[in-house]
Amino acid sequence: MWSDNFKKLKGKIAGVILATFLLSTVLSGCSSSKQAAQSPAAGDTIKVGILHSLSGTMAISEVSVKDAELMAIEEINAAGGVLGKKLEPVIEDGASNPATFAEKAKKLLQKDKVATIFGCWTSASRKAVLPVVEDNKGLLWYPVQYEGMEASPNIFYTGAAPNQQIVPAVEWLLQNKGKKFFLIGSDYVFPRTANKIIKAQLQAMGGEVVAEEYTPLGHTDYSTIINKIKASKPDVVFNTLNGDSNVAFFKQLKDAGITSKDLTTCSVSIAEEEIRGIGADNMKGHLVSWNYYQTTDTPENKEFVKKYKAKYGADRVTDDPIEAAYIQVYLWAEAVKKAGSTDVDKVKEAAKGLEFKAPEGLVKIEGENQHLWKPVRIGEVTEDGLIKEVWSTGKTIKPDPFLKAYEWAKALGNS
Amino acid sequence: MDTYIIQIFNGISVSSIFVLAALGLGITFGLMKVINMAHGEFIMIGAYVTYLLQNFFLTQMDKSIFDIYFLLAMPAAFIIAGIMGLILEVTVIRHLYGRPLDSMLATWGVSLVLQQLARSVFGAPNVDVRSPAWLNGGLILSQGLQFPYKRLFIIALVVVCMIGVFWLLYKTATGRRIRAVMQNRDMAASLGINARKIDAYTFAIGSGLAGIAGCALTLMGSIGPSLGTAYIVDTFMVVVLGGVGTLWGIVTGGLVIGTSNTTFEFFTNTSWGKVLVFLLVILFLQWRPKGLFTINSRSLDDQA
Repeated sequence: MWSDNFKKLKGKIAGVILATFLLSTVLSGCSSSKQAAQSPAAGDTIKVGILHSLSGTMAISEVSVKDAELMAIEEINAAGGVLGKKLEPVIEDGASNPATFAEKAKKLLQKDKVATIFGCWTSASRKAVLPVVEDNKGLLWYPVQYEGMEASPNIFYTGAAPNQQIVPAVEWLLQNKGKKFFLIGSDYVFPRTANKIIKAQLQAMGGEVVAEEYTPLGHTDYSTIINKIKASKPDVVFNTLNGDSNVAFFKQLKDAGITSKDLTTCSVSIAEEEIRGIGADNMKGHLVSWNYYQTTDTPENKEFVKKYKAKYGADRVTDDPIEAAYIQVYLWAEAVKKAGSTDVDKVKEAAKGLEFKAPEGLVKIEGENQHLWKPVRIGEVTEDGLIKEVWSTGKTIKPDPFLKAYEWAKALGNS
Repeated sequence: MDTYIIQIFNGISVSSIFVLAALGLGITFGLMKVINMAHGEFIMIGAYVTYLLQNFFLTQMDKSIFDIYFLLAMPAAFIIAGIMGLILEVTVIRHLYGRPLDSMLATWGVSLVLQQLARSVFGAPNVDVRSPAWLNGGLILSQGLQFPYKRLFIIALVVVCMIGVFWLLYKTATGRRIRAVMQNRDMAASLGINARKIDAYTFAIGSGLAGIAGCALTLMGSIGPSLGTAYIVDTFMVVVLGGVGTLWGIVTGGLVIGTSNTTFEFFTNTSWGKVLVFLLVILFLQWRPKGLFTINSRSLDDQA
């Protein structure tokens, strides 16, 4: 029956497939490859790639990061550009899909011949782009906190290494909130590696893991996991969920009658931008750990927040990855100026030890592993959707992506 | 003990979401034999209708009446998703009755178009829909035993929708005509039923039900262009497991998949929960290819 039908319809099926294929090609063609509005003649500009998820589950986080990078480029151009040339951003959409990220990175380096790429959010996307930038001798500036255990010669990491976010957060929680930890995260590389680190640290410091749960990216039903949290009565829920799952998790946590008064949660992928999507009343009182908040009290930050809101609207917020994305454009530009060239090797050499007065404080590029020296801040979500600092290291911390300074982390490096 | 009671409630609650999402599909796929891959996008349309209505109330209306927006959102989602369904039926589906493979490919294309359209209109990032205040919190039975109102509401909504569909199909003249056309279109047509019109309306009703499901889903998480893709596989699984073409099949299929999903998830983890449910369904369909409930009708044999 089916085969008869199939024979009859084969031609038409082919037609439909073709039509669908053409349509989707046309549609995706329309949505990607947006270049800057005016593109001056080649030679007057330096092309730089911007590669973030502008669609899909990660768009909630990455769109504003892209905005911050564009703002920095605009400011640098307004101040005369770099080496007498204006920067020309080439924007690509990684679509929350690591394979697309790799493909677009290749396109940026080989076809557009960009001097550098600013991009990625998830570790999965960074790991997909890593071999592309290494093979093509390109450069990637990565603005998000991550799980560490990596130092590519072709990547600059301007977000936190684990010793600048996760490790101090766990230590603080152990001292102030209790020993029993419930680990929940999205099922991919960052949460799994982060939790490996946390488990080793808890074991060394006398803590205990009561359960470890992972859900696929984009997962939306947390009723069962919330029930498990209730049953295991942890002191702390350490949350490494990424993207929209956080909306579902915190909404459903509140509906199940659990607020920050009943349970301490600490998140490392939720910043001011994500709180807007989750709703401040669902997140009020919960803890986060980052290097920067919109409320961070420095003169540079006041200026930065003012400019960002003036450009993108008073209802927009700044947050840690937005700030890291913003300063990494400046760091690259400074390195290029110092090197007198956009050549990757020369830029890398010039970048060693480079300092910059960032909104979060004075940061410095560590030459040894191309990460940043950063301060660590633990904060509490307030009613208005901002984050209030409750604890801070005060000074900048040396980046230690492989956790070499910690005895208990010895076994992790090999895994 | 509380843990298990909540877990049973979770099972029923997840099931109710599956049933709601699958109800419209039960009509378009179950009755009409149209493999509608764009069903998920009608769910998405319902969700965005709710979002738009919320924004309208936030910006144009007095704050004191904000909470009633959700009551208006359900019929609005039904009507707008239904109209979109009608347009799809008139332009695409009507050429494809009795050709399941074609309808699958064509509606898959439509689903891509609708997703891209949503991305262009509403932007790529997901948006959050604020739930009305009367659905916040939950029914507290004892310390630690709390049933969220939102989930109770969805369960009630499913019951109302089921009764509505049952009443329409089995208690009204229109329903009789719908069933007549679906079972034997030529004979129904020769008896003076306008089969074309019935097709169009039935498809619109199925799509409208998906819209209501979308409206209900705004209570659970955030809303984005790819919302539908997250549900399409589960809804087809519910309809196929239950037995194509039966209302009871959808309810039982939804209950079996929802409760086994949460139970497996509770004793293993989220990923394994899904895997085990798939295995269960595959094994069951080996044993009973036509699902839990089968109707013996000629139409099922005739259609490929």
